[in-house]
Amino acid sequence: MSDLFTQSAIIAVIAGGIRLAVPLLVASLGETYGQRSGVLNLGVDGIMLLGAFGGYYTVLKTGSPWLGLLVGIGIGIIMGLVSALMAVTLKAEQGISGIGVFLFGLGFSDLLFQKWVGTPRPITKFPKLDIPGLSDIPWLGEMFFQHSVVIYLAFAAIPFSMWVINKTTFGMNIRAVGENPEAADSLGVSVSRVRWATVTIGGTLAGVAGAILAIDLGIFQQNITNAQGFIAIALVYFGAWRPLGIMLGSLLYGLVNALVLQMKVLEIIPNDWSDIAAMTPAVITILALVVVASRFSPPSALTKPFTRGA
Amino acid sequence: MTSLDEVQKRRLLAYSVPILAVLSALVIGAIMLIALGADPIKGFSKLFSGAFGSTSALTETALKATPLLFVGVGITIAFRANVINIGGEGQMVAGGLLSTIVALNAPDLGPFILIPLVLLAGLVGGAIWGAIPGALKAYYGVNEILSTIMLNVVAVQLMNYLLRGPLIDPLEVEKGTRIPQTERLLESADLPRLFGSGRFHIGPLVAILAAVVAYILLWRTPIGYRIRAVGQNTSASRYAGIPVKRTIVLALTMSGALCGLAGAVLVFGSESHRMVTDGSTAGFTGSAGFNGIVAALFGGLHPLWTIPASFLFGGLLVGGLALQRAVQVPSALILALNGLVVIFVVSSDRFRKRLLERPPVVIEDDDNAQPTAVASSADPPGPAGGADPGGGET
Repeated sequence: MSDLFTQSAIIAVIAGGIRLAVPLLVASLGETYGQRSGVLNLGVDGIMLLGAFGGYYTVLKTGSPWLGLLVGIGIGIIMGLVSALMAVTLKAEQGISGIGVFLFGLGFSDLLFQKWVGTPRPITKFPKLDIPGLSDIPWLGEMFFQHSVVIYLAFAAIPFSMWVINKTTFGMNIRAVGENPEAADSLGVSVSRVRWATVTIGGTLAGVAGAILAIDLGIFQQNITNAQGFIAIALVYFGAWRPLGIMLGSLLYGLVNALVLQMKVLEIIPNDWSDIAAMTPAVITILALVVVASRFSPPSALTKPFTRGA
Repeated sequence: MTSLDEVQKRRLLAYSVPILAVLSALVIGAIMLIALGADPIKGFSKLFSGAFGSTSALTETALKATPLLFVGVGITIAFRANVINIGGEGQMVAGGLLSTIVALNAPDLGPFILIPLVLLAGLVGGAIWGAIPGALKAYYGVNEILSTIMLNVVAVQLMNYLLRGPLIDPLEVEKGTRIPQTERLLESADLPRLFGSGRFHIGPLVAILAAVVAYILLWRTPIGYRIRAVGQNTSASRYAGIPVKRTIVLALTMSGALCGLAGAVLVFGSESHRMVTDGSTAGFTGSAGFNGIVAALFGGLHPLWTIPASFLFGGLLVGGLALQRAVQVPSALILALNGLVVIFVVSSDRFRKRLLERPPVVIEDDDNAQPTAVASSADPPGPAGGADPGGGET
């Protein structure tokens, strides 16, 4: 156990935790837009898988992680539009339609991987950026300021989203549509247009999250997300539909995962118990949902399609 | 007043909606096949002959339909209480595990005691896995969609842990191969085969029986009445003195119990007569926990209609395997096609519901309120009256 409190182990856990938090952070930030406007998109995991494969394959062929990220964005936009069509225009049952997207993403990404790639080959990762000055600080430098570029960008998206949701007209419309679509509609806000926009933003960020996940790991495999997309949805609840809460939740997840990983490396957790250890995130999620549900309530119109005059 | 013919025409149209949805999904599947350089015509003719073309094909279809029917009926019960159970996968695993544990520890009591016992164990395992999200929803306000998904994750890890560790076949440890599976379970617990030496066992019949029981429960008993009342109008039910919270827990528990039964039937009806994991839930369930939801929607959330719906859907899955083998594309294609079918069926469900509503005064106009209060667009998880293809009143 004492091995866990060495400098290298502690730094590995914190730096690793931040890295592992980023795909979750990006995906759940995207999901927040949709949920604040009243749409629960359960397809995040499927979109992440498609984005992950698209990103991986692009980097494999071109060698450019940035091009891979761009493809992740493109796939995210397409899948976001499809999700919006289902949830907003066709008013599909939101608890189920996303499962279809998930199954499709799981199968299709694996299909293309087997057909086009076959055996996993490592790819170029995102470049690292040591923040000048700060990265030389002992302990803290290694933990916080020696990451790849996308990680800083992802954290920058938090204050940006706070500003969008809380300070802009678009953000006000999102909140209005999510809490009281009838009232928003009577004031001339197009409920469906706002929801199309938020669900597309959510899909885009899910695609980005998948691409970041695969390119950061430098690899793709079947079901690479391992239910992270679903955890990202739960994190939106965990963070009480607020970007800052979501950041804290993602970091907590990242840290727990990094800690479990480190404990496995140091053989504190015996191999036989690794399946039990793998339950931790899901169990924490359930407990967190219990705690959050008693304090915060979701947007009133969440999962309710809007029909004027109904 | 519209004539009866008009109503019948709308109903017929309504029933064809999910079928059209599946066909649309298959068209996209065909495009995918062309893109992969495979012959879609050859593939799809294999799909149909592989599903319904021979006695052995029909047997496979019936066996594949069995877990779908259990899950579909379970989902229907939850849906009628306005609870969405996405946890079928985990509940199937829990049922499979508990029934396996019982079979591993029970003495050989003979088939007449052992078979009901292991099925009961499956039922209990699934019921526990359904009761947890039920209680969390009723008493703590936890969204059941999220909690059931998380319990799916917990269940698969529990399965992997048990089958790689405590429950592993001692022979696998001895040989050093360590395939995560149990030893061959007691022979007297094997589900009896019917029709001679074929693979057909009593599982499908148990599932049909379960559907009939669920139908009686939902429409002929006070419990069923309460479940449907809570599903249609929670606050009115509360004023009427129905114990809403307990009813929600009960609905999810029964829903889980049926999924657990599906898990037990998978274990004791399997060829290898043991529980095996490939590390994923789908490896054990074949995604029946999700596909059962589609079968339930297909069947208009009615237990009896879910019987033919499951059979059709089981055929699609069995035929999909034949298709994949014939045109030699990776089996992941089935999963992708499966997802497309879910997407299309769920997205078209609204049109079906609308056709089943009493004919509106003004058609094609969103701005006018629908004449029926039940199943109006304001309550989306609409297991309410409109979705009922006629079983409610008869």
